[in-house]
Order: sequence, then C-alpha cells, then structure tokens
Amino acid sequence: MEIKAEKNNEVTVAFVKGEIDHHNARIARERLDEIIATDTPICFGLDLSGVTFCDSSGLGLVMGRMRKCQTLGCNMVVKNPSDAATKILEIAGMDKILRIERGI
Amino acid sequence: MAERLINNMKFSFDGRSVNEGFARSTVALFAAQADPSIGVISDIKTVVSEAVTNAIVHGYAGRENRAECPIYISCKLTESGKIIIKIKDKGKGISDIKTAMQPLFTTDEGGERSGMGFTVMESFTDKIKVLSKPNKGTTVVMEKRLKLR
Repeated sequence: MEIKAEKNNEVTVAFVKGEIDHHNARIARERLDEIIATDTPICFGLDLSGVTFCDSSGLGLVMGRMRKCQTLGCNMVVKNPSDAATKILEIAGMDKILRIERGI
Repeated sequence: MAERLINNMKFSFDGRSVNEGFARSTVALFAAQADPSIGVISDIKTVVSEAVTNAIVHGYAGRENRAECPIYISCKLTESGKIIIKIKDKGKGISDIKTAMQPLFTTDEGGERSGMGFTVMESFTDKIKVLSKPNKGTTVVMEKRLKLR
C-alpha cells in the first residue's frame, strides 16, 4: 500500500496504490487523515486508480473520509476508481452517494 | 447425492490482520487450477477477505493473544466446476445471524466499518451458509461456480 498526495492551491489529491483490506485500511486511514489535516483543502480528491484489491474495509475507509471531509466543510471526490474499487462501491450503492469522476 | 470432488485442501493460521492477504491469495491460487476468469478470482479473494476479517475483528474481538485465535479454511473443488470454501473460527459467535447479515449492520461504533461484509459475500457467491453458536464460534460456507458448464 502506497499513498502519495499532490497539493495544488486549495485542491489536494491523494493517490492510493495497492490492496485495501482491513489490515491496510488502518494505515491508509492514518495517512489520509494526516494529509487532510495538513493541507486543509477545499476539495479533496481520493484517486483509487491504483487499487488492485478492495473489500468492504475499503468502503469503510471511503465512507469515513467522506464524513471527515463533510465535518471540515471540504468536498470529497473519488477519482478514477479501478475495477476492483468500482465493483465494491457499486454493490454498496455508494456510486450514487459519492461524487465520482473518471478520466480527469 | 454429494458431488464428486476433484481436489481439496485445508490450512489454518493465527487470527492476525496481517494474514488476511495470505488467506485470500492462498484460496485464489487453489481456485486457479480450475482456470476461472480474472473476475471470478477477484470475487473469491474478496469473499475470503470478508469472512477472515469478520473472524479477526468480531469473532476474536478483544482477544490479546492472537496465537490462541485460530482460523481454519478448507476448500473443495467439485467435478462440476464449483469451489466450496469453508472458513471457521472459534470465537464469540453471532447470536442473531439474520440481523448480522443485514446490509449496513455493524457493531462498530467508531464508524470505520461499513457493515457490508455479509452483503458482499452474498453478492459475490452463488450460495452462502452461516453457522454460529455463542462462545463456540462461527463457520461460513460459500459456494461459487468457477466455470460455465
């Protein structure tokens, strides 16, 4: 699991690469929360294009970050979810709740 | 009549989160003998990960000594091209299975668990059975067709 972030004015995009399961989600949560706290973006992009595996722990991770962003008055956007991430988001109906952008 | 089996395997490991990846990859490798599609392999990895995570997070909740938290997995391949995966723990069990299997149901108050584990298992397999007794443990049995006949 690898996470890197790019900040551009008030927009921060975090790129998650690797497998998201319960074990890795803990590490990812800490890292993403640190990025959000440090950058305090107005828009936070969570790029899931590099996610090779995702189970319901990944859903928890995305939902948790969405709530966190909401409380901070920041808009969260899921960007380019991989097939593995898309399938789980769709099963949970989260593709209807989240803002998802592809190809940007 | 019981289906004829063409192969089976068993393994067990400590209920530590670091073993989630090991468990799903091992089952996926076993299933790969039947030459399923990448999508089917991906579904198998996901459901194994869900059941093993449930055992670690809920079955053995609050247990410090993880060397005493065994998880047992057995897999069978049938002649008709199905895989039967059994995942068992000796944890605290589930008192109300029906409620536990409801979408979005979670006992986690921290808000980081989605409560979608069983829903994912049901969606990604052809059949699922959950057997549990309080303080005895939980067994999840899942069946999935690997190849079209």
